[in-house]
Amino acid sequence: MSPTSETMSLFSPALARRFDALVEKYPVKRSALIPMLLYAQDEVGYLSDAVVAEVAQRIGITELEVRNVATYYSMLRFKPAGKFNIQVCTNISCMLRGAYEVYERFQEELGVGPKGVTSDGLFSVEEVECIGACCWAPAIQVNYDFHDDLKPDLVPGILDQYRNPIQDQEKDQEKNA
Amino acid sequence: MPDVTFTVDGKKLTAPAGTLLIDACRKAGIEIPAFCYYPGLSLQAACRMCVVRQEKVPKLQTACTTTVAEGQVFITESPEIAQARKATIELLLGNHPLDCPVCDAGGECELQDMTFKYGAGESHYVEVKHHRDEQQWSPAVFYDRPRCILCYRCIRMCGEGMDVWALGIHNRGANSVIVPNDHQQLDCEQCGMCIDVCPVGALTSGSYRYKTRPWEMSHVSTVCTHCADGCKVTLGVRSTNDGAEIVRADNRDKSGINNDFLCAKGRFGFDFVESPDRLTQPLVRNAAGKLEPATWEHALRVAAAKLKEIRDARGGAAIGVIGSDRTTNEENYLLQKFARTVLQTNNIDHERTTDYAAFAHALAGTAGKTASLRDISSACAILLVGGNPTEEHPLLAWLLRTNVRLNRARLYIANSKPIKLDRQAKATQELPPDGFKSLAAFLDQGTSDFSKSLQAEESLVVLFGEEFRGEAVENLVAWGLKRGNVRFAYLGDHSNSRGAADMGLFPDLLPGYVPIEAPGAFAEYPNRPAAPGKTLPQMLEAASNGELGALLVVGANPVSRAKLDHAALKNTFIIVQDLFLTETAALADVVLPAASLYEKSGTVTNTYGDIQMVRKAADRAGVKPDFEILVRLAGAMGVDVSTLVPFGKRGTTGDLGQSRGAQAGEADRHAVWLEANNLEPKLSPFDPLALLDEIERLVPGYTLDRINLFAGNDVHTKLEATPGFVPVQALSNPDLIVPAHDTLFTSGTLGQYSTALKQLTQHQAKELAETAAD
Repeated sequence: MSPTSETMSLFSPALARRFDALVEKYPVKRSALIPMLLYAQDEVGYLSDAVVAEVAQRIGITELEVRNVATYYSMLRFKPAGKFNIQVCTNISCMLRGAYEVYERFQEELGVGPKGVTSDGLFSVEEVECIGACCWAPAIQVNYDFHDDLKPDLVPGILDQYRNPIQDQEKDQEKNA
Repeated sequence: MPDVTFTVDGKKLTAPAGTLLIDACRKAGIEIPAFCYYPGLSLQAACRMCVVRQEKVPKLQTACTTTVAEGQVFITESPEIAQARKATIELLLGNHPLDCPVCDAGGECELQDMTFKYGAGESHYVEVKHHRDEQQWSPAVFYDRPRCILCYRCIRMCGEGMDVWALGIHNRGANSVIVPNDHQQLDCEQCGMCIDVCPVGALTSGSYRYKTRPWEMSHVSTVCTHCADGCKVTLGVRSTNDGAEIVRADNRDKSGINNDFLCAKGRFGFDFVESPDRLTQPLVRNAAGKLEPATWEHALRVAAAKLKEIRDARGGAAIGVIGSDRTTNEENYLLQKFARTVLQTNNIDHERTTDYAAFAHALAGTAGKTASLRDISSACAILLVGGNPTEEHPLLAWLLRTNVRLNRARLYIANSKPIKLDRQAKATQELPPDGFKSLAAFLDQGTSDFSKSLQAEESLVVLFGEEFRGEAVENLVAWGLKRGNVRFAYLGDHSNSRGAADMGLFPDLLPGYVPIEAPGAFAEYPNRPAAPGKTLPQMLEAASNGELGALLVVGANPVSRAKLDHAALKNTFIIVQDLFLTETAALADVVLPAASLYEKSGTVTNTYGDIQMVRKAADRAGVKPDFEILVRLAGAMGVDVSTLVPFGKRGTTGDLGQSRGAQAGEADRHAVWLEANNLEPKLSPFDPLALLDEIERLVPGYTLDRINLFAGNDVHTKLEATPGFVPVQALSNPDLIVPAHDTLFTSGTLGQYSTALKQLTQHQAKELAETAAD
């Protein structure tokens, strides 16, 4: 069911335009594959069969080839994550400073296991490799936001920030003002 | 590339600069182990088995990616290298299940051999092995992940070799897994090449898995019976209660033109010989009009008496003979000799699928103008007109792809429809469906880029399909001859339809396309009738009108493709030699169960004119080769069979003293001596090779390089050597030509009796339906 024209793209017009430019950017089209998958995942949430099919069709390779590449990378996923994907670093600095306690606390608070998604689809939690914030270990990433120097007790507060995004935004605005 | 000199293990070697070290070493007899390296495929450097020490280079280097240059010094065996390889094997064995005692590959496994050599008998790993359940991807292909060593051979073979790209690799590191293209199912050509190149038992074949151990089989190298490409195939056979069964087909010894290639038909389609529908005893129609089992003696007596009676009472013209596209050259030759000299008739024909007579006519008087398969695999430029080799000539398609990929051959395709090989073509030209006839004129105009680049080619191999018949063949060949430096090949069907034509299964042409009226032709045939006989449709028409007293049908099923009133044939005495009770055999009065090509010896000629030896592999109690049946039929008619088969004229003094104690085996030794001296022990009238001499002597173009032929190689025949004056009659009726259009999983009358091919057909039909639904 791969789309046959631009109008049938499952991506937003802006992203579709971005992809049109991407495939022309490199000497060979397939070089655009990984950035395309990342942007597609950001927009759609995960690499659905339809995403894989459209990306394959845009680059002119088989779906099998798209999957050959995509399955190699742990940050590309084939199942939906929560709206807020909590990525807990457990590499050495974070681990030594209590990352696993933080990781377990997230699981307890949300009532899900590793890679689990809450029933309302709001949160998911997973263990990831180093996110480059060793100086402020333990650190986590929620989608693209960093939270660092954590303790298990800080976990409910972080979750609240995302549960009540409007209040959160207001707070941000106050802070900025 | 200029030659360079370098040192390997203290030996000075010379090879063209840029040669891969592993190739250069193997050529010099220095073996470097490798799992992922496979000749002809792209480099992977994944397995790290081929590591060698190069002087002045700090780390061990992979021999499969190192190119040789002047003055390099390498060491390929040392304690350091052995340790590195041992460590690699230890890692590979980390998750390997070591189920060798039940594994298909056990005994012929490259991982076993390497472990034996480098001895990683102990492991530092205590972790539980990764297990994954086995998957069935198609009726032909099973995948056992734990055994896989991730060498990527299957992926590259499928992609680069077959241009199918049905296999991929998912995930990373120890979780990596080979995956098929359609959600755990394979949507592909089902060639089984992935299974063939798998160095371990990770990919196993539906037809062979868990059936036997490799060392329990005998291996016989013969020729595939399915299409007209004539692949060499090594059959693994095993004794059974009623003969010997085929359990596996491959060509791992890489003999023959096909190297290790086989398609689905060659690899899995041998099981028709084991079909429960197989005829294993003669059938004779009884007084009640029913076919009932009979002894060979009785059946032959009935058939011979009737043939003799009709010949003597109504003359040979009242008998018709229809030959086969899949029996050997010797059988075809014997059949027409039997028809012409014993039955006294020229009513002989075969189910023509290709107009070889027109091809012979067009080429007459030239020399070196036919292309063998070997020529095609090394040609610089190839023009393919019509046909669809991927479906109908899988080996040809493989050779074209390989030649384009490895030698940058230039492939030009002119066709009325898009074909898969277009992807390898340098240029394609779409033709209207009736445009083949006027192709020569079109190319001569030279206005299009296509014809311009064709004209610019220095040499050209022209392959043309069954779209060309009669005059169209003449025109195309004439165009090529005018252009110069051209060789031709005509793409036909079935394993020996070329042989049937070459051996004169024509009403108006003797073997070698010698016209029947040619003065002095085949003078040694006693009293052969002079006038041309009836063609196949004419014979069937005559039979329907009751004008034909008897019809002898060998390995053919003419009733299936002719619109006939079956009841009208009841006044014709029909004798059928076949493997199965075909539509024609069901109408017969005597049915004689014949051996398949895998159950007899002789020679066959592929559509390119390459002749190859067929060797008996399987055996089935009750059936007989068509050669023996014909000789016995002649014998039962009271003919001195030595006039048909010149046995006992040479080499017959061979001592048969097998039972004489110390001299036991003397006959074997005698046979060895005879073979070494280019002779064969012709001790029996049932020995087809006794006729090969006569074929060589009498059939133009069949001057054979015996030592190569008997060694199992393909030998090119010379169609150009045939006389050019083929009468117009043979050419005038292109309607006689009915191409079979077999696909990847069909094979004339044989395919429908192959369970494996039927399953593959169903599987691919399902895949196609799913794709269409998407």
